[in-house]
Amino acid sequence: MIRVMLPAHLRTLARINGPVELQVEGPASLRSVLDALEARYPVLRGTIRAHDTLQRRPFVRFFACKEDLSHKPPDAPLPDAVASGVEPLLIVGAMAGG
Amino acid sequence: MAGIRLLVGTRKGAFVLTSDGKRDQWHVSGPHFAGWEIYHLKGSPADPNRLYASQSSGWFGQMIQRSDDGGATWEPVGNEFAYLGIPGTHQWYDGTPHPWKFARVWHLEPSPADPDTVYAGVEDAALFRSADGGKTWEELAGLRGHTTGSSWQPGAGGLCLHTILIDPSHPQRMFVAISAAGAFRSDDSGKTWQPINRGLRSEGIPDPEAEVGHCVHRIAMHPSRPNVLFMQKHWDVMRSDDSGSSWHEVSGNLPSDFGFPIDVHAHEPETIYVIPIKSDSEHFPPDGKLRVYRSRTGGNEWEALTNGLPQRDCYVNVLRDAMAVDSLDSCGIYFGTTGGQVYASSDAGDSWAPIVRDLPAVLSVEAQTLP
Repeated sequence: MIRVMLPAHLRTLARINGPVELQVEGPASLRSVLDALEARYPVLRGTIRAHDTLQRRPFVRFFACKEDLSHKPPDAPLPDAVASGVEPLLIVGAMAGG
Repeated sequence: MAGIRLLVGTRKGAFVLTSDGKRDQWHVSGPHFAGWEIYHLKGSPADPNRLYASQSSGWFGQMIQRSDDGGATWEPVGNEFAYLGIPGTHQWYDGTPHPWKFARVWHLEPSPADPDTVYAGVEDAALFRSADGGKTWEELAGLRGHTTGSSWQPGAGGLCLHTILIDPSHPQRMFVAISAAGAFRSDDSGKTWQPINRGLRSEGIPDPEAEVGHCVHRIAMHPSRPNVLFMQKHWDVMRSDDSGSSWHEVSGNLPSDFGFPIDVHAHEPETIYVIPIKSDSEHFPPDGKLRVYRSRTGGNEWEALTNGLPQRDCYVNVLRDAMAVDSLDSCGIYFGTTGGQVYASSDAGDSWAPIVRDLPAVLSVEAQTLP
């Protein structure tokens, strides 16, 4: 089970309290986790990655195990600690703006 | 007893202000969608409890929210705005070709007849339609595909389609306005479009009388006289008596002919309202005096309405979608400012009072007159 932490605005939008736990088919990657997340919460489609290109939105970042995974290829395996549910995948809105 | 519901979009959420027909006591609900930019909310004329809201964020993109109970509860609906076909390019600020890219929904215009049909004006300028209550959106690509489309250029606020008017007596006739392309008319429900900018003169473009390229800030019509249009352009207040085929200037004695909103009295088609703003870069009221100007002659002769509005040290702006009228017997006028005030007049503009003073910067105000 993979744990995903969403930023507050997306938790409000999807009406989620706390972390999301996702069962992912096959190897855990950013793509497979986001696919599973959007399948469970369709309202999140387009908010983390673009509808058409599935590219990460510019002010969204993916952190885990004290690393920035944002620039990893979408099919790269996630760290074992994330895949096993020991550590969460953090989806973060950049701290900026007014 | 009749009531009024004001739908207020701000930089940091939406607010719903309600009152009975006296319009002296208001209840404030919100913020809804706190922290998100709410460019516009509007109710369906066919079902006033059906509301649509454009919710957007630089971080998380565009959402469309729908309410079926007058704004008490909301449901996110479709947020995919895909340009039809290969999008192509428009002109960028430096004159180079720039790919069309969806940024946000500026304006939502529900159909007069069907609560499930709603139009969206977006940036980069395009018109979308939903026929299923906002779940899915399809571009009416004949507008962007007009032969002039590749030459359209953004204004300082982006290449935005911000005004959508539907002729209530001929729903297949629509008008839109785009900054900085100009005004356009369709007579076939949005399939094909023609620019309607003859008579406009804009000094900031190479050919001041070009077919397109004018920074139209807002157009307005009275539903009983859909052939008469009023326009607040970047500079100049304009009028057309032939559905936009030609325009003439009616700025008259205004202290500044720059501004953003323009609106028409609910019961007097020749009574119109603007809020003069100083430009080019100041974008605040002349002399620090917040004045609504009213013309009872369809333009040219204007009177300042100041009773209850700040007449010193006022440096707010009033944006293009931030003025609205109700349709009670004594017409109510409302506008919101970038300083977070929403002002109301229940006597057609003769006197004003703030409903709220400290909202986030107001982007839009719509008024619903409820039975």
